[in-house]
Amino acid sequence: MMKYAVRAEGLSVRRGRRQVLRDVHLAVPVGQVVGLLGPSGGGKSTLMRSVVGVQAQVSGTVEVLGEPAGSPGLRHRVGYVTQSPSVYRDLTVGQNLRYFATLVGAAGGRVDQVLEQVDLRGQVDQRVADLSGGQASRVSLAAALVGRPDLLVLDEPTVGLDPVLRRSLWRLFAELAASGTTVLVSSHVMDEAARCDRLVLLREGRVLADDTLPALLARTGAEDAEGAFLHLVDEADADGPVAPDPAYHRRRR
Amino acid sequence: MNPTLTTATAARVLAQLRADRRTLALMLVVPCVLLGLLAWMSRDTPLFDRTGAQLLGLFPLVVMFVVTSVTTLGERTSGTLERLLSTPLRRTDFLGGYALAFGAMAVLQALVATGFAVWVCGLEVRGPLGWLVVVAVASGLLGTALGLLASAFARTEFQAVQFMPALVLPQLLLCGLFVPREEMPRALELVSAVLPLSYAVDALGSVATTVEPAGELGADLAVLAVFVTGSLGLASLTLRRRTP
Ligand SMILES: Nc1ncnc2c1ncn2[C@@H]1O[C@H](COP(=O)(O)OP(=O)(O)O)[C@@H](O)[C@H]1O
Ligand SMILES: [Mg+2]
Repeated sequence: MMKYAVRAEGLSVRRGRRQVLRDVHLAVPVGQVVGLLGPSGGGKSTLMRSVVGVQAQVSGTVEVLGEPAGSPGLRHRVGYVTQSPSVYRDLTVGQNLRYFATLVGAAGGRVDQVLEQVDLRGQVDQRVADLSGGQASRVSLAAALVGRPDLLVLDEPTVGLDPVLRRSLWRLFAELAASGTTVLVSSHVMDEAARCDRLVLLREGRVLADDTLPALLARTGAEDAEGAFLHLVDEADADGPVAPDPAYHRRRR
Repeated sequence: MNPTLTTATAARVLAQLRADRRTLALMLVVPCVLLGLLAWMSRDTPLFDRTGAQLLGLFPLVVMFVVTSVTTLGERTSGTLERLLSTPLRRTDFLGGYALAFGAMAVLQALVATGFAVWVCGLEVRGPLGWLVVVAVASGLLGTALGLLASAFARTEFQAVQFMPALVLPQLLLCGLFVPREEMPRALELVSAVLPLSYAVDALGSVATTVEPAGELGADLAVLAVFVTGSLGLASLTLRRRTP
């Protein structure tokens, strides 16, 4: 029997007056790298926030590692990296990581290990404010790795990185998955799909597909993830347009 | 509340302050400059002995309010608060960490400012100097608690800073520094009785003029403690794990 790190059933989320997620069903198997792909504004960050348990106005169920999302018992088991780096810019890399290590009860030596993993050994005494954007986002990633979480939720961690670094991060995600960590990672760049064990395609708050890349290609007859996504978009639109958001029309009037 | 997480948070906040040398210098030097100015301006009059001690309660309130509200606003907008609340850190650890860090800063500031006022400017204090420091620290904690609360209602740093005149200047006008509270129109006297700075200023006045002020101080300090815990309680309601 397949074990799931995340299961969402009938998940809907309102943000302000917008229905951002509508009846999302999702299953993320343990120990895999699952890519959450789709255009900007599609609800990727909102879905990740619901999994971490920091999103308000959530209906439906989200179960994470066998507990309801956001349960106190999950707080050292889930590592979360927000889309923009959420670390202290005025502190050094080392100061940031030692603080986050203390919060999750990690041993001091762990800081060096994660710095090695994200290739920032040389920057340990530099202030985050003095780093490049890509380096700062890796500090943010390291801060989530430090507690050896069972589930890593990474919101667009590879955006703005050069190809070499992107490749090394995807390798890191694969290694983590091989050691039993589940990695849920979002991206709006479709060519990262080939790096993932499974894909969840999200558009306008709905899941278009939740499958492996080969299965998606076979089903749609497309050559790559982007082709498959476009095929599924056309298919969804042919089935009838997405129900308009009533609040949207009210605002426009 | 978890002592390890609370002190780690306090140490982290202090490290941030240490990284910002200019703010640190302003926190310690500005009170001395203002006290020196007041002493110079009021030489040969009893003004300095009356108001000098009372001013020692104003600085920590203003300074800790501004620094805390800007720092915590940064935590809310940069996403670090969201991240912290997804870890085992509890809201009480967060608030306790801030109170501890800025409480320590208030001790340092009070020692420097009191020392300067007494030994450099010649401030005459009848009561024990230690009590001046205690009241100044209580006032600094009040500033921190109000700053934590105010940061929830600001979207930008400009707004956070604007809360300072809005919340602190009325208290300054009505605290008895300019007109003794019992000589105010009845309505204003009543208003000043619900403003916390009045109690800090009152307490400092007692230390300045009474040899054994402990008895009179107790009530003032108790009122300040109620305001501090009340503001921290309200601030904790604004630290939401789940946000829209
Ligand atoms: N705080 C918010 N209040 C109201 N609407 C929001 C808020 N944050 C995001 N949204 C809206 O929710 C939708 C999905 O956003 P998001 O989950 O960030 O998408 P993605 O991460 O895929 O780009 C967007 O239309 C966005 O405008
Ligand atoms: Mg996003």
